[in-house]
Amino acid sequence: MEKYTLQVNGKLREIEVDEDTPLLWVLRDVLQLCGTKFGCGIAQCGACTVHLDGQAVRSCSIPIASIKDKKITTIEGLDQEGKHPLQEAWRKHDVPQCGYCQAGQIMTAATLIKETKRPTSEQVDQHMRGNLCRCGSYPKIKQAILSINK
Amino acid sequence: MKSRNVSEERRSFLKISAVAGGGFILGFPWLLGCESDPLIIETTLAQPNKWYDLTGYLKIGDTGLVTIMSPNPEIGQNVKTSMPMIVAEELEVDWKNVVVEQAPFDESKFERQVAGGSQSIRKSWTALRTAGATAKQILLEAAAKKWGVPVGECKVEKGIVSHPNHESLHYGQLAATIENVQIPIDITLKDPKYFTIIGQGKMNVDMDQIVTGEPLFGIDQAMDALVAMVKRPDGFGMKLASFDDQKTREINGVVDVFKFEEKIAVIAKNTWSAMKGVKALEANYISDEALADSLDISSSLLEVLSQKPKEAKRNDGDVTQAFSEAESIVEKTYEAPFLPHNPLEPMNFYAHITDEKVSLSGPIQTPAWTRNRVAELLGRPEEEISIDMTRMGGGFGRRLYGNYVLELAQIADKLRKPVKIMYSREDEMLSGPFRPASAYTFKAALNKGKITAYHLTGAGVNMSNACRENNFPAGTLANYRVDSHNVKSNIPTGAWRAPITNFLAFAEQAFFDELAEVLSKDPIDLRLELLRNAKDNLVGEVDYEIDKMIGVIELARLKSGWDNAVGKHLGFSVYYSHNTYVAEVAEAQKVNGALKITKVTCAVDCGLVVNPLGAINQIEGGIIDGIGHAMYGDLTFEKGRARQQNFHQYRMIRIDEVPEIDVHFVESLNDPTGLGEPTLPPAGGAIANAIFKATGKRLYRQPFEKEIGVLG
Repeated sequence: MEKYTLQVNGKLREIEVDEDTPLLWVLRDVLQLCGTKFGCGIAQCGACTVHLDGQAVRSCSIPIASIKDKKITTIEGLDQEGKHPLQEAWRKHDVPQCGYCQAGQIMTAATLIKETKRPTSEQVDQHMRGNLCRCGSYPKIKQAILSINK
Repeated sequence: MKSRNVSEERRSFLKISAVAGGGFILGFPWLLGCESDPLIIETTLAQPNKWYDLTGYLKIGDTGLVTIMSPNPEIGQNVKTSMPMIVAEELEVDWKNVVVEQAPFDESKFERQVAGGSQSIRKSWTALRTAGATAKQILLEAAAKKWGVPVGECKVEKGIVSHPNHESLHYGQLAATIENVQIPIDITLKDPKYFTIIGQGKMNVDMDQIVTGEPLFGIDQAMDALVAMVKRPDGFGMKLASFDDQKTREINGVVDVFKFEEKIAVIAKNTWSAMKGVKALEANYISDEALADSLDISSSLLEVLSQKPKEAKRNDGDVTQAFSEAESIVEKTYEAPFLPHNPLEPMNFYAHITDEKVSLSGPIQTPAWTRNRVAELLGRPEEEISIDMTRMGGGFGRRLYGNYVLELAQIADKLRKPVKIMYSREDEMLSGPFRPASAYTFKAALNKGKITAYHLTGAGVNMSNACRENNFPAGTLANYRVDSHNVKSNIPTGAWRAPITNFLAFAEQAFFDELAEVLSKDPIDLRLELLRNAKDNLVGEVDYEIDKMIGVIELARLKSGWDNAVGKHLGFSVYYSHNTYVAEVAEAQKVNGALKITKVTCAVDCGLVVNPLGAINQIEGGIIDGIGHAMYGDLTFEKGRARQQNFHQYRMIRIDEVPEIDVHFVESLNDPTGLGEPTLPPAGGAIANAIFKATGKRLYRQPFEKEIGVLG
């Protein structure tokens, strides 16, 4: 067991875990931030997407020892009020079906609209390809992202 | 009007109870395990101090806020929104003043608390309406009594009861005075023409929790409980001979390891320790039965297709005679692989078993079945067992089977501490049950430009009937026979979204496309010709209504521009399932040399559309699921074990592979029918027929990806 100090959603959090523990399980089991979801454990589905220094990463495949002083943002910290433009677009377009993958979808999409103010349909496809939605809410995800800044 | 006295019926029907302290009952105390913010809703009403419980389905707060229970499990089919909408419609309240709560599993209050067969809305339609209308009538009677006026003179709009000579009262004010009201028995339901909530798009009631990541799913509950993960045999047909758990026990956080059935449970303080613990186990297995192989199963399926069973599933006319007189015969065979369900939330469940009670909670489509099996397994009376239902991260049939709850029950019974079972993705893809592999041979006799005989033979793994013998084209053909064979295997199989028809519909609709080609007929005209002829000469009984099937075919034809599709590669398919009619036209294009499905036009007759927003989601989801699995889905077995164990080996459809989807509803005031499954079956046929137009290649096996190389 090792001690780590993490910067999560703007707060410092002290934790003690094995150094090979993936960030996903630190967030869920230790910090009890359940919005980040477990889907595959091998960075193939994107349900566990969080931001590390503003980059979208798969938290299931990042050992806690490699985080160091990087800033972690989870879906719970994306916007204090829960009203990030993407969260509002998800509401407006009634995107979710089961809803399980959607936090990961929003976290991935957030880095796209930060880099590209008004992405094209092709840019959305390319950027979002790593996030699976088993229910097939893809058309709504795309509509919601394309509605940003319009 | 007949009536019952409220006081006499209180125990069974009308429970008036005050919930102390106001605020919402959000259901489950274990949700407090995670950090969460209070629920924000857009009501202008204050939080109630008292709630009055009416009819099992709803509670009225003293400020007029209404809580409506959603009785059925929510799996992404959106019943948690659409079922309360039906109650609210008849209750005459403003939707924005409604709070929805997941009802507990309680057979004394609710019927058919199941998510399956796309039947939640259809089977509960009248009950939900009656509950809302009865509560409205009680509140109207209360107002009439208070004012001393005939109830017929009272009116209600958006939860406010008015009378020309009295100051209006809202439901919250009236709820306190209902105790001595006569409960009406003959209830008049609204004319659908006057619906104001049903038919309007209403946002998913769990939206805020979903987009902000608040705890909501089974996997988010009881975060302080122990975690159990299970090592199962390396293949179906294997038994545990011995195991060494020394390395597992050395892992930090692992607290116990024990055998149950042919499995080994690893109990840990957290998920990561449990995962590492399972990996560190060394287990030896022996097999005393055959270990299944996909190639052998495929051979067995094809072999039985050439045999005739003792009894046909349906046998109209004389197919043997008609085939002997045919000018030509078209015969084609279609093959389907096994599929895993792969809901994105892996199987999980929570249990705490003590001498007094068995508390269970988690994602399950069949709480009653599961409770009964747990009772049998543990030898405990059903009354001691409770099940709470969490929102499910998808199911697609997987969570009809509570086998993971039965595993957990054995573990929790031994531990006697709060514990959650967790599956990894590999556990999910290796343990099943799976969509059974199947194969179908279609044979048609042609004479003078007409189909004179039709013989379908189906075979499926562990399927008592691989066919739908009373579905189209039954009734349209004088000589018609359907046979079915069961190929038994120790690979566990079960219902997978739109069971049987998820593949049968593709095979049938691809075969009809080929028949139209041989007959030099337009594929849509061929179906219409058969259906129109059958209107006057229906052969035997059929499950579908001919006019409704014609209705969706014509709507899809019109909206897809089928008759003016010069230079376009369009494929048509139509299918009736789960009481709903769906026609789809797919368009295939070659984009930069790669084949792409660019558009699907879909016509649906599901009766009255309760929530258009949710309905579109189900329709699009079903089509995308149908395309994705037809294109890429493939689970193969070797030595009793699936070769594909996670998403790097098992391809699922992604955002860039999804076509534009254009949905059209047949306008209808008929009672609503299912939408969770029916748009999936026709999708495979529509895209196969479009791909034929674009490439000239007929597809007989899924996944199509293997047949036509890599698709763009």
